[in-house]
Amino acid sequence: MSTALKKEHKSARPERGGVVTLVEAIRQGLWEEMERDPTVFVIGEDVGAYGGAFKVTDGLIDEFGNGRVIDTPISEGAIVGAACGAALMGMRPVAEFQFIDFISAGFDLLTNYAAKCRYRWGAGIPAVFRGPCGSGLRTGPFHSLNPESFFLNTAGLKMVEPSTAYDAKGLIKAAIRDPDPVLFFEHKKLYRLPRLREEIPADDYIVEIGKARTAREGRDLTIITFGAMVLIALDAAEELEKEGLDVEVIDLRTLAPLDKAAILASVKKTSRALVLHEASRTGGIGGEIAAMIGEEAFEWLDAPVLRLASIDTPVPYSPPLEDYYLPQTKDVVDAARKLAAF
Amino acid sequence: MDQEKQKTTDGSPAGRDRRRRRPRPPRSEPRIFTKYAPRKLQDGQQLTCTNDTSLNAEQMLELYRYLKLTRLVEERLVNLYRQTKVVGGVFRSLGQEATAVGSAYALQPRDFITPLIRDLGAVLVKGIRPREIFAQYMAKAWGPSGGHDLNIHFGDMAKGFIGPISHLGDMIPVMTGVLLAARMQKKPTVAIAYIGDGGMSTGAFHEGLNFAAVQRLPLIVVAEYNHYAYSTPTSLQTAVKDLAEKAAGYGIPAHIVDGNDVIACFEVTKRAAEFARRGGGAVLIEAKTYRRKGHAEHDDQRYVPSAEIEWWETHNDPVDRYERFLTESGVADKAKLEEITADVVREIEEDCAWAESSPMPDPEQAAYRVFDNSIVEPAFRPEILKS
Repeated sequence: MSTALKKEHKSARPERGGVVTLVEAIRQGLWEEMERDPTVFVIGEDVGAYGGAFKVTDGLIDEFGNGRVIDTPISEGAIVGAACGAALMGMRPVAEFQFIDFISAGFDLLTNYAAKCRYRWGAGIPAVFRGPCGSGLRTGPFHSLNPESFFLNTAGLKMVEPSTAYDAKGLIKAAIRDPDPVLFFEHKKLYRLPRLREEIPADDYIVEIGKARTAREGRDLTIITFGAMVLIALDAAEELEKEGLDVEVIDLRTLAPLDKAAILASVKKTSRALVLHEASRTGGIGGEIAAMIGEEAFEWLDAPVLRLASIDTPVPYSPPLEDYYLPQTKDVVDAARKLAAF
Repeated sequence: MDQEKQKTTDGSPAGRDRRRRRPRPPRSEPRIFTKYAPRKLQDGQQLTCTNDTSLNAEQMLELYRYLKLTRLVEERLVNLYRQTKVVGGVFRSLGQEATAVGSAYALQPRDFITPLIRDLGAVLVKGIRPREIFAQYMAKAWGPSGGHDLNIHFGDMAKGFIGPISHLGDMIPVMTGVLLAARMQKKPTVAIAYIGDGGMSTGAFHEGLNFAAVQRLPLIVVAEYNHYAYSTPTSLQTAVKDLAEKAAGYGIPAHIVDGNDVIACFEVTKRAAEFARRGGGAVLIEAKTYRRKGHAEHDDQRYVPSAEIEWWETHNDPVDRYERFLTESGVADKAKLEEITADVVREIEEDCAWAESSPMPDPEQAAYRVFDNSIVEPAFRPEILKS
C-alpha cells in the first residue's frame, strides 16, 4: 500500500476487565462511562486523533466522534473554563492536562471557579480534571510535578491518585459520577509498569472517593503514602520484614478529602507513623497529615511522626540529581528503622 | 469530501479534516460594522436614539422600564450603603445602563448571559428580581447565595443567568463551555459574555474567545469601552484605538455601537445573535460608553480630568437620550414615562422591604455546601474548639 492510501490508524474498543496495566484500566473506565452516560465527554490537547500524549483517550474519537472528544487549542484556561461551563449545563466533562505540570495555567479557573461554584450559589461542577503527574522518569522541572499541595488549601476540590490498575478504573468511574470537581492524578511511571498488571473485574465497579486502602497489613509501624511511593513503601516493608519489623502501608488513594479515620485507626494500632510523598517536603501534604495525627492521636504515639519527601528544589533532570531529590527505598528503610528504635 | 477540490491558502492539498462539522458560511465584509456607531455631536444638537429599529412601542416602553429599574435599583443600593446596610461595596453602572439593557433585551429567554459588575441592567432583563439583588448586597440569608457571596455573584440557570466572579475574563471560557454543552444537547442557545476595556487584557479573555472562535460557538462578547478600569484609562490598557480591532485576531466579525443608545445596542445585538444562531460563530460588539461613577462608591475619581464627567452627564446620558427619543417620536408622553417610573419605584420599595426583612444567615451555614453534603460532611469547626 502506498503511504497516501494507507488506512488511518484506528484503535479498538478495550476489553471489559481482563489483565491490564494502569493506563489500560483508566482507558477502560473512561470508555465505559462514555458508553453508559451520553453527558460524559472528553476535552483537552491532542486527545482526539492522536489519542492523548499517553494514549489514555486512544480510540475514543473513532467511537464517540469529535462532538464528544474535543481537541482544544494550547489553552488550559479554555479547557478548565469550558469544562466548568459545560458542567453547569448538566454535562460531565473529563478534561485532560497533557502533563499535570500545566495545571498551573488553569489554576485560576480551578481554584476560583470550579472550587467555589457550589459554595457560592449551589451549582455543582461535576467535572474531572485529569493528567499524568509524578517524577522519577528524568523529565525535568516541567514534566514531573506532583501538584496536590497547591490545591490542598483550596476548599472545594477533591483529589485522587491511584496506585493500582483496579483502583485506577474504579476511581476514574467514581470521579466521573461525582457531583463535585475531582482532580485525578495519574502517576506516569505507573501507566505501563509490568508490576502493576493485574486482573480486574469485567463488571461495572467503582472505588469510593474518600477511602484509603491498606496496601499491606502490619503491627509495628505505619507508612502513609500514595501514588508511585506506595511501591517504594512496599519494597521497603519487605526488606524490613527480614529484620523482624512488621510494617503497615496505607495507600491514601484520595488526597482530598483525606480519610482521617483510616489514617488514625492504623496509627493507633502501630503507634508509629511515617508519611511518605514525592512532592517537596515543605508545605507538602505530609505536614498536614503529621499535624492531624499529632492533634488527634498524640496519646497513642510512641515516636514523633516522620515525614519523608523530596528535597525543597524543582525536580532536576539528570538521573543522579533526580535520585538525590526523590526518596529512595533505602531512605524509607532507614527512616523506618529510626522510627522503630525511638 | 473531495480532496482535490479543497485547497489551503498556500496551495497545498488539504488533508481530510474529520473535525469539520458543517461548511462554513463565507466571511461577511466589512469585518467591523459601524452602522450604529456613535455619531459626532453637531453644535446645538441634542443626542437622541436611532430610529432605525424593528422595536414596537410596547417593547420600547419595556426597554425604558428596564433602564429606569437599573438606575433606581442602584440608587437605592447607594442609600442602603450609606445606611451601612450593604456589607461590601456598591458598583454603579451610571451612564452606561443602555449597553447592558439594550443588548440583553435582544436575546431569547432560553439564551444565556454572563454579566460583569456594571451590567446589572442585563441581569434584570434576564428576569432576576431586585429583591435578590438587595438581599445579596446586604449579605442576607434569603439572598440567592445565602450570604456566601456578594452582589451579582450568583446564577440562575433556569433564567439563563450565570453570575461573574471577580477575576475578569474568566467567564469567557466558562460561557464557551456553556455553548459547547448546548451544542452537544442540540439546543439553539446563544450567549452574551460581557467584558470591559480592562478585562480584555486578561489571558482568560483571550483563551476563551479564541476557543469559541475556533469552535464557531455562538458567543457574543459585548465589550464595554467605558474609559476606565478602576483608575486606569484605556490608553494604558491596550494599544488599539477601537476594541473592535481585536476581533480580527480571532477571525470573527465585530460591531461598534453607541453604547448610550439603548435602541442601537438592541439592534446590533439582535443582528449578532441572528448571525451566531445560524452558525456564523462568535461576534465581538464594542459599546462606546462612559463610567460616570468611580470603580465603587468609595472611589473619589481623582484620576478623571475635570469637566469630563459633567460633559457626559449633560450631553450623553442614556436615560435622557431615550426619554427625548420616546417623547419626540410620540411613543410616549412625559406622563406615561412618569407612570412607568412610579411603577418601578413601587417595585423597588416592595422588594427592598422584603430583603430588609430577611434574617442574616445562621453562622454555621458557613460550613455547608463546599461539596455535596450528602456525600461529604459540612466543614464544621474542629471539635477541639467546641469543648
